[in-house]
Amino acid sequence: MARGSLALRIGGAAALAVAVLVLAPLVAVLWRAGGAGWPTPADWSALRFTVLQAALSALFSALLAIPVARALARRRFPGRDALILLMGAPFILPVIAAIAGLLAIFGRNGLVNRALEAVGSGPIDIFGLHGVLLAHVFFNLPLAVRLLLDGWRAIPGERLRLAAQLDLPPATVFRLIEWPMLRARIPGILAVVFAICLSSFAVVLILGGGPAATTIELAIYQAFTFDFDLGKAATLAALQLVIVTFAAAAALSLSRSEGPGAGLDRMVVFAPVSPLLRLQDAAVLIATTVFVALPILMLLTQGAGSLTDMPPVIWTAALISVGVALASAALSVLLGLALALPRRNGIESIGMMTHAASALVLGTGLFLLLRPFTYPGNHVLAITAVVNAASALPFVLRSLSPDLRAAEADWGRLADSLNLTGWSRLRCLILPRLRRPLGFAAGLAAALSMGDLGVIALFPPPDAATLPLQIYRLMGAYRMETAAAASLLLVALSFGIFALFDRIGRHADA
Amino acid sequence: MLTLENLTLRQGDFGMTADWSLPAGARLALIGPSGAGKSTLLAAISGFLAPASGRVLWRGEDLAPLPPGKRPVAMLFQDGNLFPHLSVARNVGLGLRPDLRLTDEDRGAVTNALSRVGLTGLEDRRPAQLSGGQQSRAALARVLVMQRPLLLLDEPFSALGPALRREMLDLVGEVAEEAGATLIMVTHDPEDARRMAGLTAVVAEGRAEAPVATGALFADPPESLRSYLG
Repeated sequence: MARGSLALRIGGAAALAVAVLVLAPLVAVLWRAGGAGWPTPADWSALRFTVLQAALSALFSALLAIPVARALARRRFPGRDALILLMGAPFILPVIAAIAGLLAIFGRNGLVNRALEAVGSGPIDIFGLHGVLLAHVFFNLPLAVRLLLDGWRAIPGERLRLAAQLDLPPATVFRLIEWPMLRARIPGILAVVFAICLSSFAVVLILGGGPAATTIELAIYQAFTFDFDLGKAATLAALQLVIVTFAAAAALSLSRSEGPGAGLDRMVVFAPVSPLLRLQDAAVLIATTVFVALPILMLLTQGAGSLTDMPPVIWTAALISVGVALASAALSVLLGLALALPRRNGIESIGMMTHAASALVLGTGLFLLLRPFTYPGNHVLAITAVVNAASALPFVLRSLSPDLRAAEADWGRLADSLNLTGWSRLRCLILPRLRRPLGFAAGLAAALSMGDLGVIALFPPPDAATLPLQIYRLMGAYRMETAAAASLLLVALSFGIFALFDRIGRHADA
Repeated sequence: MLTLENLTLRQGDFGMTADWSLPAGARLALIGPSGAGKSTLLAAISGFLAPASGRVLWRGEDLAPLPPGKRPVAMLFQDGNLFPHLSVARNVGLGLRPDLRLTDEDRGAVTNALSRVGLTGLEDRRPAQLSGGQQSRAALARVLVMQRPLLLLDEPFSALGPALRREMLDLVGEVAEEAGATLIMVTHDPEDARRMAGLTAVVAEGRAEAPVATGALFADPPESLRSYLG
């Protein structure tokens, strides 16, 4: 069919561009290193720790997300929308700021240890595997909740209405309606969190470290900054590429599903009235709210005082960051849509592959590729935008693809019979059905780019800087009060830009 | 004239055959047990299922190269005939222009079609805001503006009550009459066949029999139909 082949050509071109973007820098690094050596025992140990912490992080995040998403899906209460927005918070919270918030609670002089001291108990230590897991669950539990909530939302209201009409007990509703949805979505969510945690860098840098808790990403950073040993970095990067590509491929084959079936978008509230279940849902939601909100509140109390007397350079950096974030989001969403439209797992898995190449390796490779032609530092903002767009691509795809497939499964036949092809199909079927995930994806991509401190820290530009880089510099100069205030501004901008896009998307089906 | 020429259809383990013609302007009911292949036959005519062998011809022309949207076919499915995110007027407008770039004339045609099916004033409603009967009417209005010579009904009114279903079938009959369209409808109810269709074809045991006059068929049903009627 003509429609299929056009979407396929565009999707194929996008896949090729992404593959070149990921592979060319890796080749450049390998070539520069003159061929990479075989991994050392220390590298294998880093690999083992990487997989272990990522698997545990994914498991805890996904399992804990099920009761939270279920409670959110079946309850209507004042502040519910705000709570859903809050669930998006940790994922887009700039990592340095988030860790500062977690340390203020669980750190040596944090809330928990002060409370323990008051009752005469010994201090707890956040550093090590459990600290890394705590931070990863903080970042990824809310993401899993939102992805699962989309799953509950995609269950046709007619089906839930039927269950309510038949007075099916909650256990039966779970088995007949919710479990099939979970079985379709959980493997994908596990794989996404696993992949995120495989490449987690800042968390492990601060909370991990040492021979017992070093990931491949951290080892790459150390190879670059301490040894400038590009060969070692390239070996590690190849290792990283292999395990994450494997994880992404597994995720795609695990999460194939028939789609939830057609419904007429009726809003159905299905709240079991049992007081015990009500209590359980309330407890789950309150505990989650405290866990997610408290670190952010701690940040607020620490940084608010100095907001007004920040130097002008901070505001300039904020403007630059907004520009980079918008460019990155636009690029990422367009690429994601192009990759998702053909509905081919092969093409989508190339998009998922960008997560495998660490931002550090991508940035270095691009640096090496560009140096013969121009001084890359002059273009580091553009490089940052492109690398950020590539890093966000898996999340954009994960958000768009299931709803796109559902739209085609439910309405494709009707669209075919009406000869809706090409641009008309995109405008009348795809885009209206995808507004919610499109808004979410654009917000996510922009906010992730906003808080990113990766490539730009390795090759700081001579004149301009993004906000995270400025904060990094302020911290380096021990101007902690200003750094906290600038962090607060960064958090506000990240949240603001995410909330704006997400609201546009969610508003669409009001 | 619609011709099914040595047609064999396959879907997984299921297979069926048909080899007959239907004159233009005729009204045909397909009747038979569930799973006998009535919907499969419609899928082949509308282009959602390619024949395993044989051809589907319309006015002597093989339909095989045409995708569903390019065939001379307007079809009503069992459900999901309206996009839930588009207004009634836009759902009908899709039948005129898939890109929805409607001229004033097109908009007039949409308004006329909606008043023809009794939905005047409901242009801006979403499908979920309509009753089941009104949803059927809206889908029928789209069939009206499409002006395709072949009209296929895959039990689109099976969820409606008997009175409402008869009303909708009568409306379909009028619409087909006005357009001079050839009508093929799947049904479970002999009453619908008698009411609507001059011809009936029994679909059973992997075969779609050639159409015969409805009155004569029910006066002296063959064995396959007798066991279905019980």
